[in-house]
Amino acid sequence: MARTIPLTLIAFSIGLVLAVVTALFRLSGIKLLEIIARIYVSIIRGTPLLVQLYIIFFGLVSIGIEVDPFPAAIVGFSLNTGAYASEIIRAAIQSIPKGQWEASYSISMNYGQALRRIIIPQATRVSIPPLSNSFISLVKDTSLASTIMVTEMFRKSQEIVATTYEPLLLYTEAALLYWTICFLLSLGQDAIEKHLNRYVQT
Amino acid sequence: MLSINNLHKQFGDLVVLNGIDLKVETGKVVVVIGPSGSGKTTLLRCLNVLETPNQGELQINNQTLDFSTKVTKKNIQSFRKQTGMVFQTYNLFPHKTAIENVMEGPVIVQNIKKQKAREKARQLLEKVGLGDKMDYYPFQLSGGQQQRVGIARALAMEPEVMLFDEPTSALDPELIGEVLQVMKELAEEGMTMVVVTHEMGFARDVADEVIFMEGGHIVEHGHPSEMFSHPSNERTKEFLNLLSE
Ligand SMILES: Nc1ncnc2c1ncn2[C@@H]1O[C@H](COP(=O)(O)OP(=O)(O)OP(=O)(O)O)[C@@H](O)[C@H]1O
Ligand SMILES: [Mg+2]
Repeated sequence: MARTIPLTLIAFSIGLVLAVVTALFRLSGIKLLEIIARIYVSIIRGTPLLVQLYIIFFGLVSIGIEVDPFPAAIVGFSLNTGAYASEIIRAAIQSIPKGQWEASYSISMNYGQALRRIIIPQATRVSIPPLSNSFISLVKDTSLASTIMVTEMFRKSQEIVATTYEPLLLYTEAALLYWTICFLLSLGQDAIEKHLNRYVQT
Repeated sequence: MLSINNLHKQFGDLVVLNGIDLKVETGKVVVVIGPSGSGKTTLLRCLNVLETPNQGELQINNQTLDFSTKVTKKNIQSFRKQTGMVFQTYNLFPHKTAIENVMEGPVIVQNIKKQKAREKARQLLEKVGLGDKMDYYPFQLSGGQQQRVGIARALAMEPEVMLFDEPTSALDPELIGEVLQVMKELAEEGMTMVVVTHEMGFARDVADEVIFMEGGHIVEHGHPSEMFSHPSNERTKEFLNLLSE
């Protein structure tokens, strides 16, 4: 618990920032930025998360980059969230009708103002359900951090099992804890959706 | 005064505006008619610089955009400030209330204090008859009401020229009148307006000049009373006959 929650929160926050930047790169119309974004997303989505964590924690050491377990996990999960969420955000931005950009420009807004004031707020509403999915997946995926020595919830359970020999009890308890966290998150999702849906016909 | 000189616009190989010349004196209302695909929307979008013309010159008062040279984003933005656009499909910001829609430009673009912008927006909404709907979201308004918010939103930027692209064509018949009424009042107050519409009653009552477009050209122009009673061009005649059927 003590590690799982901060790991998730920090990685998701950094991941979201990465995702927005990556999505904007993809939509920038600037070839170089587009290619950078595509390559990043392609690599992250095309390789297993576990392998990515191993490269960051065990692999980089051999070229002299030593990262502690927790920061290594943060880097891995952030990069992962960033890639997946960027596709969600890109699709959400593209789903906003062109007329919204044009109305913004017609009152003399520039690109940044239109994006920040008009497009992103509407795209946020569209992207809450899929982003919540990513968030919930991330909570569970953090159990993989146990493999690179982060004593998060799952590793803690393993350690206790090693001394008490009660795997069923302890792993079930871990499962219940994950479920509780995810259940609370989905309540949060409901509340946010309800708030953002105030301006659409129901 | 708005002046358009030799304006050309093409999309790929398709020539949509093929040398448009038009002058609109300050305070005058020009109605643009013409068959579908004749370039009416494109002309208005060029005036709001939502499309970049390939050639030609636009001038409002003493600001000029010459498209045979490179125009900068900055030039486009400062030119755009002089024109207000009203869209066929309103394009209100759905996540903002009526008054927030109207305040958005003044607050974000003109850096006017919220308090002051709100007061101005309130006056504009009252002017278009929506004083009691200020805190409604667009989805809670009828089409006619949404379009009037659209007009107020454009007016809030204090443009020199207002552009209307078939502002009533998406509306149920019983809602058309309230929008035309607002436009008529604007005209009476001396607003310079370019209006694409097929509401002939409006053209007859309000327009100082009607232009008939076809194939990217202005085929005929004149005072509505002359043009509607005896058009000189064969195509104009046919088109007006079609409309009155
Ligand atoms: N962005 C674009 N890309 C390619 N072609 C376009 C684009 N915008 C308009 N066109 C074409 O330009 C021509 C003129 O379009 P425009 O919308 O200006 O006509 P219009 O006179 O407003 O017609 P309507 O009465 O149907 O609204 C049409 O053939 C249209 O298909
Ligand atoms: Mg049109």
